[in-house]
Amino acid sequence: MAAHEQSGSSTAAWLSALPNFFFRYGIVAGFVLLCLYFGAFTEEHRFVTRDNFINVANQIAINMILASGMTFVIITAGIDLSVGAVLALCGVVGSMAMVALGRAEVSAGLTSALGIAAGIGLGMLCGLMSGTLVAVPRLPAFIATLGMMMMARGMAFVVCGGRPVAPLPEAFTAIGQSPHRLVPIPVYIMAAVVLLAHLVLRHHTFGRYVYAVGGNEEAARLSGLPVRRITIAVYALSGALSGLAGMILASKLGSGDPKSGMMYELDAIAAVVLGGTSLMGGRGTVLGTLVGALIIGVLNNGLSLMKVDQYWQSVLKGLVIIGAVLLDRLKKE
Amino acid sequence: MLPSSVAAEPVSPALEVRGVSKAFPGVQALRDVDFTLLPGEVHALVGENGAGKSTFVKILTGALTKDAGVMRVFGRPYEPRSPWDALRAGIGAIYQEFNLVPHLTVAENLFLGREPRRVGGLVNWRRLNAMAKEVLSRLGLPLSPKAYVADLSVAGQQMVEIAKALSVGARILLMDEPSAALTEHDLEALFEQVRRLRSQGVSIIYISHRLAEVFNIADRATVLRDGEVVGTRSVAGLEEMELVRMMVGREVEAGLPPAATPSVEPLLQVERVSSGRRVRNCTLQVRAGEMVGLGGLVGSGRTELARAIFGAAPRTGKVLVAGRPLPPGSPRAAIRAGVGFLPEDRKLQGLLLRMLVRENVTLANIRAVARQGFISASRERAAVRPFIADLQIRPPETDRAVMYLSGGNQQKVVLAKWLFTRSRVLLLDEPTRGIDVGAKAEVHLLMRRLADQGAALLVISSELPELLKVSDRILVMREGNIVGELARQEATEEKVMALATGAVAP
Repeated sequence: MAAHEQSGSSTAAWLSALPNFFFRYGIVAGFVLLCLYFGAFTEEHRFVTRDNFINVANQIAINMILASGMTFVIITAGIDLSVGAVLALCGVVGSMAMVALGRAEVSAGLTSALGIAAGIGLGMLCGLMSGTLVAVPRLPAFIATLGMMMMARGMAFVVCGGRPVAPLPEAFTAIGQSPHRLVPIPVYIMAAVVLLAHLVLRHHTFGRYVYAVGGNEEAARLSGLPVRRITIAVYALSGALSGLAGMILASKLGSGDPKSGMMYELDAIAAVVLGGTSLMGGRGTVLGTLVGALIIGVLNNGLSLMKVDQYWQSVLKGLVIIGAVLLDRLKKE
Repeated sequence: MLPSSVAAEPVSPALEVRGVSKAFPGVQALRDVDFTLLPGEVHALVGENGAGKSTFVKILTGALTKDAGVMRVFGRPYEPRSPWDALRAGIGAIYQEFNLVPHLTVAENLFLGREPRRVGGLVNWRRLNAMAKEVLSRLGLPLSPKAYVADLSVAGQQMVEIAKALSVGARILLMDEPSAALTEHDLEALFEQVRRLRSQGVSIIYISHRLAEVFNIADRATVLRDGEVVGTRSVAGLEEMELVRMMVGREVEAGLPPAATPSVEPLLQVERVSSGRRVRNCTLQVRAGEMVGLGGLVGSGRTELARAIFGAAPRTGKVLVAGRPLPPGSPRAAIRAGVGFLPEDRKLQGLLLRMLVRENVTLANIRAVARQGFISASRERAAVRPFIADLQIRPPETDRAVMYLSGGNQQKVVLAKWLFTRSRVLLLDEPTRGIDVGAKAEVHLLMRRLADQGAALLVISSELPELLKVSDRILVMREGNIVGELARQEATEEKVMALATGAVAP
């Protein structure tokens, strides 16, 4: 690189420094470039407006909440395919609880609180089940959560007879729809989840243990770590966050819909992997996942603004994911 | 360093290395190294951990490219860009970590990638096994070509590695710590192999920490220190202390200061413990202040016994720590009761390679640096630094990922982890494996200090001199049973070996 810097103009030097910049900051650099691109090429630069940024944040909120839990799971070298289905199940059951409470003339505020608690609680329960299957009889996470996904999706339809559950109290829907707010509440919830997840993963004993179990389970066990408990806990966490996301989505939609959350697990996994977490376990950060989720969100948003066909969007997204991880892999060489 | 023109030497060297250097970010691993290997000689390469031996080997085998210098194999210029180039030039390497596929047979491993084929690309199994049988018998190896590598002993696997290299036509063999996983018994077989190969004209570079082996098997020895060649000597007429001095650059004391009198009460009581097929009805006691050595051949059950006591493996029988019974099968309970276990395989069982030194050291006792569950990085660094200093871990950085440390320093990190738990009972399985002569003595002193402070130590070692040096008492195991006990004054290598092999009735 030094040789390059000797010759030519400052532009040449800057250009030749690009590959190195990419290599060191990889994903973040990619994200910045994407933003610059959309900033330049959207009609009237609509991408770079304050409202649009808030829009993006709102759109990625649910995925990011799911992806935060998924980060923990993938660091333990596991995977949770059930997050989308659990999201739907919790949305439905939480809504049904609220409808029942509403009929019992419970106050709107309390109904909403209990409904949300029910959703999160059910999500945690589902996660506990998946996690126990992975931790005790050592079922592969792929299989355990695949089964859970199918069961949860089925249960969502069974419980509500296939029809969306409505109406939901306004106090509740105001959370997701945030009619009079500049920044919708889900964005704040996402920020809180991200902050907490980051703190725990980076600075708390539990986070350290999660890295240990994912990095070398046998060494962790021989160091006295409660490996089974940690494994169950990360899936319970993922389930609880799926429940939370399910309630937020129900709030946005105004109903508990058993069809919601289809394929959400894939976007969550994509965000985690884009963010630099290895599927082999032992590595990864919540902030990295955030960048991953932002890349997906910006891609969706920017391409829509540029009126790119929805299906082409999907093709591009796939290419970006492959390309980003490839670049990251090369960087590691 | 040898002069480049060795007077009236008519024999052209098998391998010639001149001025080789290699740097990594932050460290000059090799500096201006000269090395000559004569045909049909066993040339030992010795040096402390981090001296550059592994780097040298990797450059010779094409796994790494050198920054400077020239190499010649049998007179021809040699610039390997991959291990394939090395093999083609006739250089084969046998590493500490074998490159075998455990789930395939010996024959399949020997000819991996070069299987004899039939028309249509199908493997010709009959020919494969026949060729394998021929290679094995040529080397006098009593192995079946159809045996699965995973079923072989470590010694057997090593033989397969050697056979593999030779079957590709290697005339130069690089052996990196070949005896690390072997016991005295297998070692003799290995030496026989080496002598046989030498008589067939194969040249061998033998890398080892164990000076006794160097004096046993090598013709010449080259000492590396901090990436430079200190000197090359003929082994005949060389004194062990001189070799040590060249390696370490300082005098290393032999013995250990005498033990303080151990207490009467046993800190660890093991009563009729059995575990799987490998441990049968073992009973032993270790008192506070005592260092008990556990000797025996590979496969005698020493590691399994330690694991059973610690809870890493299920067991029947009783284990009492300071009089309190320890529930079986739970390392967590053991650690809480004050028992620590340093496993034999540091990479697989002892370390989290991607994590930092300080994260590894505190892993079994995070409570010491966490407040309300939250870990403060600065507190952790401060807590870990004295351990790094005590064990002389190099580089002395709390925040370096463990995978970048040399094997010996990695071993020190695992040791530090258990010291950090302040365990009262320590089960150490090959605690100085991979650690160089200088640091070994320090570790022994550290162990003694721990015992003097009231800890009870059970030390498994396959190095008889080490076992004799550190133990107050030696228990010998054979085939799952404890077959004998030797007090410090009466213990000799022969007696231990006799008990271990069953040459003497217990």
